[in-house]
Amino acid sequence: MMWRSGLAALLSHWRRKPLQLAMLLLGLSLATGLWSAVQAINGEARASYARAAAVLGQDRLASLARADGARFDQQLFVTLRRNGWLVSPVVEGEKRYGEQRVKIIGIDPLTLPPVARQIDVMAAEGGLGAFIAPPGLFFVSAETARRLAGHAAPPLRIVDSLPAGTALTDIGIAQDILGVGPRLSRLLLPPDQLIDRAALSILAPELEVRTPAAESDLSRLTDSFHLNLTAFGFLAFAVGLFIVHAAIGLAFEQRRPVFRTLRALGLPARALTLLLVAELSVFALIAGFAGVVLGYWIASLLLPDVAASLRGLYGAEVPGSLSIRPAVWLAGVAISVAGTFLSAGRGLWQVSRMTLLAPAQPRAWARASERHMRLQAIAGAALLAGALLLAHFGTGLAAGFALLAAMLLGAALLLPLLLSWLIAGGARVSSSALGEWFWADTRQQLPGLSLALMALLLALATNIGVGTMVSSFRLTFVGWLDQRLTSELYVTARTEEEAAALRNWLSPRSDAVLPIWSTEGQIANQQVQIFGILDHATYREKWPLLTADPQVWDFVAQGKALMVNEQLARRLSLRLGADVTLPGGHRLPVAGIFSDYGNPKGQVILGNDTLVRFYPDIGRLRYAVRIDPEKAGKLREDLLTAFGLPAQNVVDQASIKSFSLKIFERTFAVTAALNVLTLAVAGLAILSSLLTLAGMRLPQLAPVWAMGLTRRHLAALELARSVSLAALTLLLAIPAGLGLAWVLLAVINVEAFGWRLPLYVFPADWALLGALSLAAAGAAALLPALRLLNLRPAVLLKVFAHER
Amino acid sequence: MPRIKKDRMLLRLHDVSKAFATSEGPLQVLKNVNLSLEPGKSIALTGESGSGKSTLLHLVAGLDTPDSGSIVLNGQNIAALDDAGLAALRRGTVGLVFQQFNLIPSLDVAANLAFQARLAGRFDPAWTAGLAERLGLKPFLARYPEQLSGGQQQRVAIGRTLAVRPRLILADEPTGNLDEATGDAVLDLMLSLQAETGASLLMVTHSTRLAARLDGRVHLRNGRLA
Ligand SMILES: Nc1ncnc2c1ncn2[C@@H]1O[C@H](COP(=O)(O)OP(=O)(O)OP(=O)(O)O)[C@@H](O)[C@H]1O
Ligand SMILES: [Mg+2]
Repeated sequence: MMWRSGLAALLSHWRRKPLQLAMLLLGLSLATGLWSAVQAINGEARASYARAAAVLGQDRLASLARADGARFDQQLFVTLRRNGWLVSPVVEGEKRYGEQRVKIIGIDPLTLPPVARQIDVMAAEGGLGAFIAPPGLFFVSAETARRLAGHAAPPLRIVDSLPAGTALTDIGIAQDILGVGPRLSRLLLPPDQLIDRAALSILAPELEVRTPAAESDLSRLTDSFHLNLTAFGFLAFAVGLFIVHAAIGLAFEQRRPVFRTLRALGLPARALTLLLVAELSVFALIAGFAGVVLGYWIASLLLPDVAASLRGLYGAEVPGSLSIRPAVWLAGVAISVAGTFLSAGRGLWQVSRMTLLAPAQPRAWARASERHMRLQAIAGAALLAGALLLAHFGTGLAAGFALLAAMLLGAALLLPLLLSWLIAGGARVSSSALGEWFWADTRQQLPGLSLALMALLLALATNIGVGTMVSSFRLTFVGWLDQRLTSELYVTARTEEEAAALRNWLSPRSDAVLPIWSTEGQIANQQVQIFGILDHATYREKWPLLTADPQVWDFVAQGKALMVNEQLARRLSLRLGADVTLPGGHRLPVAGIFSDYGNPKGQVILGNDTLVRFYPDIGRLRYAVRIDPEKAGKLREDLLTAFGLPAQNVVDQASIKSFSLKIFERTFAVTAALNVLTLAVAGLAILSSLLTLAGMRLPQLAPVWAMGLTRRHLAALELARSVSLAALTLLLAIPAGLGLAWVLLAVINVEAFGWRLPLYVFPADWALLGALSLAAAGAAALLPALRLLNLRPAVLLKVFAHER
Repeated sequence: MPRIKKDRMLLRLHDVSKAFATSEGPLQVLKNVNLSLEPGKSIALTGESGSGKSTLLHLVAGLDTPDSGSIVLNGQNIAALDDAGLAALRRGTVGLVFQQFNLIPSLDVAANLAFQARLAGRFDPAWTAGLAERLGLKPFLARYPEQLSGGQQQRVAIGRTLAVRPRLILADEPTGNLDEATGDAVLDLMLSLQAETGASLLMVTHSTRLAARLDGRVHLRNGRLA
């Protein structure tokens, strides 16, 4: 009975203040939602990396392969089988279908070990016959099937356990499609082998045993990207908690008399605390559920862009659709509960210790003292000092993120003191009575608003920082594309014969035909691309070299040196002059390092002659064509008609550029979306704080009104106050944002992607962001201002009456 | 605003009525109240608790508007003024002293004293400094309202009102929260300054003793003045 009536008394508060309840639930579900969205995206990506790692049981099966990763003769397989080795052949390679790259894996269904049997060839339509006889079958995921639709691939069969962008097919069919001849990439080696087989070193000395990969390369490579997302999700969660904190703080404050009455009526402090815990738990569960639903929705909107980034940056395949994961639900609800009690902790503690006769302390929680503000500022300054030390001495991604966190948190903690200084300055320069009152009153409101303003600072600084990073990246990337894509046309022949004919046909009709021949292999266990280039003005004049020997082009042309891209140089700590051992044991020194943004792989560039000498059986299908840009369109038409090439095999510079830029923009669409959401949440935090304060503001406003200000005037001043606080916050967010941008460009990017970017400043973007944040602050202040505008005089008069 | 015929009176209320909507239906607080006040004179307004004294004062101050009737102050019918007109009236023509919460919490005493006069555009530093001196506020000028006693706060409120040199001072139990000795001292100051500036005074009070010190006295009962 006691419990029931106690609960009823507590809950009646929310019935009278539905807006407060809405704020609380909204803040909590937004915070949980943004967090869960990031978790759902990360979960989806991790699952697909696991799928990729599990293809053909790679995560459990050992295999035999060459040390340099190059393909080897099929005869080795035959030799090993004959000598009692129960191995199964696999060939792998990439094939372009239009703009889609598909990883093709050829298998032998007859020798495939059971653990690697991901597809049931016999059960498929047409059975074994259809699988091995041309045109063969492609086993692909639904996602890959969608991408391959309309392309000249073999008939498709859908298997959901396969990762996106991968096709399983018969080994003979794969060798044909990839054009690799009778060669294999590796041999699967199941654990149960005959004991009396001949030694590997005698039968096939060029092969070595590879143990199954414990962690997939992809998940290691993409770790930093997901850490990035997680950091963002956490930031949004923290900003959301500001709202929750404000709403719970207000509700506790306003219910203080109820608490007192309940206690006076005989409800023990313990029971009261328990009731409040129960109440908050119910809210947390409701908001947690709503938050996870919201999170899935946000994730489903963001995932296609995330998938595009992962593909563009790391070549990692993640499907564009979400599956429901129980872990995300549990984590979402748990984080909602944790967030609620984190925000309510202080209030609950006070209630549990409240003595019956303690005097009421109205506004005590909102009027954090000057001392409190100063302590906060000292902590903030200490954090900033820590950030400086980290920037100087820290290394690695974790240090980078710690630096980020210390910087942002430090700036946020310093904010109230800095704002109060700025406000004092404003008071000093204002000469009217109203101006003085405005600043004095603003200063008095500061403690109540400072949490929300900190949230705004975090959101703005993140926006400026990430925006600066993206814009700097874009500027660098566009300039770099101009350097890299100098040729007017890029042509891909379908066969070697066609390629030869193309060369002959093009020579008299163009200024230059530049081969783009390449192969792949491993250097120090890193998968790299190896390209050859001709000694031509196109490269000498435009190539985006970061550092190079003055004679780099001569050395490369003469086969005395090579160039590497920035990411390979960073990964292997290569400097100019360092020796690199290429697949096949060829050694050359590095004479140049070039920028290669957006490429997940390391790259080596040799002189074209050297490339052909080292790897004589290289494919010679792709060419860049130099020609007067005016004539490029005509030449392309002629090429297409003369050779009957598919349109996607002859691409002009402009379409490659626009395609690359499109990938670039998608890559950062996610960041932009999270940015906007964080800003929106900060706006809500301001709204909920203002609503909280509005009820306590009457004693401040009533005398001014009585002395001759209209309510309209007061409402306008209230609006102006929020907007000017937001403007001052913006002022302080700019240096914090630039610091953040520097950390992202010079620390996080280098650790995560392997390239460093110059920082460019875009004040016009800040102006736009500034306008946006002022609008958000204004919008948040609008509701309280409108309420004030329509306040009945009787309510204001109550302030002066003794019945108050 | 057309001037009504030249009037000897500073304030004239004619058939003023005011009702409040309550959950038990409309509550008629003032019924056809008539009242006039000459320049430089003072009237005490007495009546039981809940009789409508504060309500009447608020109407005269332009803080609320009557349902019917006219309130002519300084030749202007304030019942016909809009929000901005009422605000201007409060700024310059009347000065208000309430029982409590008169002061602006975020401003110090000096700023509170000058606030209304500066708003009204008639701040006179020498006059205000003299007022502070007479009211004994000199030592407190840099303090904030919450650091003052009730009597000190009321003295600031009176000083602030007189700094404007209003034509009419409206006071709602200005000494109601103070002990008798302090209250008397505060009232003495107010009356002498009122006489000095030639302002009229309408003061709500419960005390017949205090009421007797003013030029006239009206009593509110059942919504009517007697
Ligand atoms: N805003 C309002 N809404 C409804 N009723 C009101 C309102 N303001 C005042 N009243 C009622 O009008 C009546 C007169 O109130 P008023 O404050 O004028 O009385 P008063 O004479 O000043 O009393 P006191 O001596 O206690 O100050 C009271 O019954 C009061 O409850
Ligand atoms: Mg009263």
